[in-house]
Amino acid sequence: MGNDGKAKKAWKDEFLKSCSKYESANASGRKIEALYDPSDVASLDYERDLGYPGEYPFTRGVYSSMHRGRVWTMRQFSGYGSASDSNKRYHFLLDRGQTGLSVAFDMPTIMGYDSDHERSEGEVGMCGVAIDSLEDMETLFDGIPLDKVSTSMTINAPAAMLLAFYICVGEKQGVSSDRLRGTIQNDILKEYIAQKSWIFPPEPSMRIITDILTFSSDHVPRWNTISISGYHIREAGSTAAQELAFTLADGFAYVEAGIAAGLDVDTFAPRLSFFFNSHLDFFEEIAKYRAARRIWARHMKEKYGARKKESLLVRFHTQTAGCTLTAQQPENNIMRTAYQALAAAIGGTQSLHTNSMDETLALPSEKAVQIALRTQQVLAHETGVTNTIDPLAGSYYVENLTNQLEADAEEYFRKIEDLGGVTKAIDMGFFQKEISDAAYGYQKAIEQKTRIVVGVNEYVIDDEQIDIDLLRIDPEVEKEQCKVLTRLRSRRDNAAAQAALDELGKAARGTDNLMPRIVECSRRYCTLGEMIGVLKAVFGVYKEPIVY
Amino acid sequence: MERKIRVLVAKPGLDGHDRGAKVVASALRDAGMEVVYTGLHQTPEMIVEAAIQEDVDVVGLSILSGAHMVLFPKIMKLLKEQGAGDKLVVGGGIIPEDDIQELNKAGVTKVFTPGTTTTEIVEYIKTEMASRA
Repeated sequence: MGNDGKAKKAWKDEFLKSCSKYESANASGRKIEALYDPSDVASLDYERDLGYPGEYPFTRGVYSSMHRGRVWTMRQFSGYGSASDSNKRYHFLLDRGQTGLSVAFDMPTIMGYDSDHERSEGEVGMCGVAIDSLEDMETLFDGIPLDKVSTSMTINAPAAMLLAFYICVGEKQGVSSDRLRGTIQNDILKEYIAQKSWIFPPEPSMRIITDILTFSSDHVPRWNTISISGYHIREAGSTAAQELAFTLADGFAYVEAGIAAGLDVDTFAPRLSFFFNSHLDFFEEIAKYRAARRIWARHMKEKYGARKKESLLVRFHTQTAGCTLTAQQPENNIMRTAYQALAAAIGGTQSLHTNSMDETLALPSEKAVQIALRTQQVLAHETGVTNTIDPLAGSYYVENLTNQLEADAEEYFRKIEDLGGVTKAIDMGFFQKEISDAAYGYQKAIEQKTRIVVGVNEYVIDDEQIDIDLLRIDPEVEKEQCKVLTRLRSRRDNAAAQAALDELGKAARGTDNLMPRIVECSRRYCTLGEMIGVLKAVFGVYKEPIVY
Repeated sequence: MERKIRVLVAKPGLDGHDRGAKVVASALRDAGMEVVYTGLHQTPEMIVEAAIQEDVDVVGLSILSGAHMVLFPKIMKLLKEQGAGDKLVVGGGIIPEDDIQELNKAGVTKVFTPGTTTTEIVEYIKTEMASRA
């Protein structure tokens, strides 16, 4: 290094003559240097730290052929109004070349309330589709063959019920459950940490999850049973390192819960998938995906004794960062989303959602979502980004960042362990405080203009008129949905429905797997709210620690 | 000593997006106000009860689920019914321009939309409270 060191010093002296900013902080507050060189990756061992795509430790990708073999799945998160409104949107998206479905539910569904519950007032169909029972689910997938399409459902506390509804729709279409492909988010730990759509306390929630893992490995073997999510952690304001560390820590907690429930790690780990954010700092995001693959593989193999290759893989969905979109000059969001999509593609994502430009104002209009989808299609088919796998490997900067992120994550794992594990750390508000501090710091940087947001604190247009058409949800949806429920309760076999609910309650009080009971309740057209109500009576509800 | 401005930061409705509410709560606290944060998933009744019990001057409502047109007016009605209609009520979240005028009419004097700085919110509250003193 002797001469190199001298040459670098000479360069740095020259640099500092013309520029005082050798270091600057990126979007995560990480110090970034103006230049990286071989000394920054001196410890890197190709075989040990990178390897080949599809080979341990999978830093370069989880499959041998990556996007050259198959372009990522284009999956726009979508749902609003009634099941029939959303069904129309799904047909529109499939018709425009989308390759997978992703269901957004409204808040009552996410929180386990029926549309006619008093807590649902004003919320029905507003930020997603309202699903109360199997009947709505049949409408939602009308004309969509479940053996041909894979479906991701962003649902957590009531994930078991929505999976059961889906299985029953499959039955009606003549598609057996072992042929169904898709994902339920089912990641309750990050709900307590970031997205905050919880129902039950952690312990029974983890029991429901292990019941789903067990049931699915027998009956829905191609289903992704948990989508371990960093997206919401990042949206709540975390840094890239926190997103990475907290997500993987949650993942390890599920693995430990599965093992504690008596499952062999290789029976359920291959069905765990991940969901990450793609934020603004292009290189750091790419390094984050690379670090995630390497950390997960190492821990799964060395700590949890996984033997199957599939148990070691971080297969992940990416969504561009909603929190970086601006209400001002909303068309600028198209560019932000495109850069973020590029980072996800280079980072080796398996599927991608690109945000629509109007999402700080409303749910996306048809025009806006079409532009968002086209952004992915241009990226995949015109730019050449799919030609070469992990093209930034070997970059001094990106390899150094990947190492830094891994080290930061390991440091967080130690902290979490010292606090007694993930659920203890949640009780103490550890994650919540880390995230809200980071969010406040980010906001302060914007207000002090150390961070420029185009159209918001710089390049502002005074008296800007926003002239894009917005989607409005018809308030009639709520009334209609309540009518549908009344009709359902008068038509179904109420004695059979009640008997199924009683069986569910009995299983909840004991230790039998809840999933078969939930599927039976769904077949009997029990509503989501009825099933959740039975479980609330047994499990209680969660109360958050207030920290900020 | 001058009494500090007391603010209730509240999250009505079912959505769990508390980033904005917490950032605003931190900023108001750093600006010298006394802040009470309700936590998530609050009903209008719970918010009004907290506002009265905590004897706050200002109620800040944050919502991103789209239910503001039902929940905000309900909170205003309950405040008036319980003799607390004099409190300054402001709101924020994903709220379309067209809805803001109606909310103003219902008594939510100011609605802060995405991109608003915390400084603007602090200034607004201080100015309003000074004009009421």
